[in-house]
Amino acid sequence: MSAFLDALFFQAGYNAALVALGAMLLGFAAGAGGSFLFLRNRALVSDAVAHATLPGVGLAFIVMVALGGDGRSLIGLLAGSAVSAWVGLLAVEWMVRRTRLSEDAAIGAILSTFFGLGVVLLTVIQGMSRGRQAGLEDFLLGSTAGMLLQDGLLIAGGGMAVVFAIWLLRRPMTLVAFDPAFAAARGVDVRRVDLAMMGVVLAVTVVGLKLVGLILIVALLIIPPVTARFWSDRAENVVWIAGVIGGVSGWIGAAISATAPALPTGPIIVLVATGLFAVSLLFSPTRGVAAAVIARRAFQTRVHRRQGLLALARNEPIYDRLTLKILRSEGLLRRDGVATEAGQAACARIARDERRWSVARRLHKDTALTGRYDGLTPIDDVFTEDEITWIDSQVLSEGAA
Amino acid sequence: MGAEFVQFSLTPILIGVFAAIACALPGNFLILRRQALIGDAISHVVLPGIVVAFLITGVVSTWPMLLGAAGAALAAVLLIEAVRRLGKIEPGAAMGVVFTSLFAAGVLLLEQSDTSSVHLDVEHALMGNLEQLIWLRADGWGSLLDPVALSHLPPELPRMAVAAALIAVLTWLFWRPLKLSSFDEGFARALGMPVSAIGLGLVTAAAVAAVAAFDAVGSIIVIAMFICPPAAARLMTNHLGRQVGWSVVFATASAILGYVLAGYGPLWLGASNSVSAAGMVAAVSGVILLLACLFGPARHRVGVAAGG
Repeated sequence: MSAFLDALFFQAGYNAALVALGAMLLGFAAGAGGSFLFLRNRALVSDAVAHATLPGVGLAFIVMVALGGDGRSLIGLLAGSAVSAWVGLLAVEWMVRRTRLSEDAAIGAILSTFFGLGVVLLTVIQGMSRGRQAGLEDFLLGSTAGMLLQDGLLIAGGGMAVVFAIWLLRRPMTLVAFDPAFAAARGVDVRRVDLAMMGVVLAVTVVGLKLVGLILIVALLIIPPVTARFWSDRAENVVWIAGVIGGVSGWIGAAISATAPALPTGPIIVLVATGLFAVSLLFSPTRGVAAAVIARRAFQTRVHRRQGLLALARNEPIYDRLTLKILRSEGLLRRDGVATEAGQAACARIARDERRWSVARRLHKDTALTGRYDGLTPIDDVFTEDEITWIDSQVLSEGAA
Repeated sequence: MGAEFVQFSLTPILIGVFAAIACALPGNFLILRRQALIGDAISHVVLPGIVVAFLITGVVSTWPMLLGAAGAALAAVLLIEAVRRLGKIEPGAAMGVVFTSLFAAGVLLLEQSDTSSVHLDVEHALMGNLEQLIWLRADGWGSLLDPVALSHLPPELPRMAVAAALIAVLTWLFWRPLKLSSFDEGFARALGMPVSAIGLGLVTAAAVAAVAAFDAVGSIIVIAMFICPPAAARLMTNHLGRQVGWSVVFATASAILGYVLAGYGPLWLGASNSVSAAGMVAAVSGVILLLACLFGPARHRVGVAAGG
């Protein structure tokens, strides 16, 4: 436990601290950057981008070896991955624009083709006499083991740069993500902002390659935004909440994985994010499952309570178990099925409310007010006191007639 | 095309072709329904399935692994649906959340359990081992008639052939409901067709194809074959029957060309090692799709959406 706490508070050595900081920044950048994609309904574009990095990594390695280097410079590999991911992205765009294929088909085609090419290049590298493949598989699933100090610096610095870029571009990107037509009408160049958005996703992917790997970076771009959506309806809040969720996942995940060598960083970070997602899905106050269940139960109780009391007022027998249970637990009904004093008062109130409503609905046939009659809302919530007095006079005169 | 070809190339090529066809057939309908990425999701979640199957049984054998993979695929489809409905999240994002989480769980389980000693790793799941499915007992075309040699066929071959045949028969049997519900769900519903059941059946068939194929050829081929041949076929014709036909042709061509290029291409270029067959099959299917995008007679959008 103390090892975990040490890692959590950056006390587990300089290198580990740098990795944790990098993971945090990268998580933040991925969460915030992914939100724009999510709000624009293009979450899975990131899947194509991530898979399209692989041939670039392979090609860069081959080129660096051909030029006489040892092929393992992280900057060189990341530059290669950025170029091929950009090509993949343009290919998706081109396919959607120029052919009748839908976006998801284009994404799937690009991700599988580029990934296939990448695997071919990896086997080419395996067969090269000079090139030792050393560490290229790490780009599939990420690895912090054996990470050099400069690699850590690169990830932390890259993460910070992406966060800064997102902060600079937040206005136009939010506008375009939320409503492209409105953004265009306000004079925003939607295509350029879209490209900038993709640039952010690309940067996150490339920076995250070494840390979480190309297959799992998609998770960091998708899960935090979806999680954040449970906590706010405002686009701008979603972006920053997603950033925080991503950052926390990266931070805690890196700390957990620092405690044991057998815990790979990428999957742990993703699973921490998944945990936060599951909690949000279940317990978010407005959109969560628990909230929905509670709201449903409350509604059910109101319906049964009212119908039960109306039945009592009309001296009709009640058979429904739930109704009986609710009335008894509120002390409105005795065990033998006779209304208590409080129950009788409630019956009288409800019956009066129902009489008033029936008159009100007859008198206000066309108005929006009576449209609010749902058999549950007390009439005092809808009409003013004066109106109710008037309605009561109508009830009395009808009773006399 | 002598004895060596039969021994080393015939069975992998046939397995590749059957796998490609089994995936391409449901892929046609998935593409029409804009669910093309279901194949991607399923092939990712297969990993936790096989790892769990290994942890439970403790052995690397085919049937438990296939069952585990199938269970994981089914669980993933149900989870995606649950997340989509419970969280009111758009399908793409729900899919992304579920398959990446399950894949991460699979990788973690794999690293935690002591599976490195046995042949079970991420690379294998991704790339398959098409090159190793050779028919050692064969010593020429005559072996095709020799029962002893035939009994030493790699078991993946009959299994994949059965899976491909099953998918083909199902496609033929359910042709009309599949066609109607893919093009016009509302109309199909109005005719009283069980549209959701058809959709679930299609996804299940896709999962069967993916699970049967990934074991032999790896998940790269699976994802590529679900999407590239049907997408290319869609750009060739406006007729669903012909589209399915084209997709089978493209899938077959990708499998054969890809395998041959991977095995012999480097030799022609003067290199000594062959390259990944799975990767090459996927790459060839991408090239075919590229050609269809450039020259396919039905590549353009027609009607209202044609502008822009």
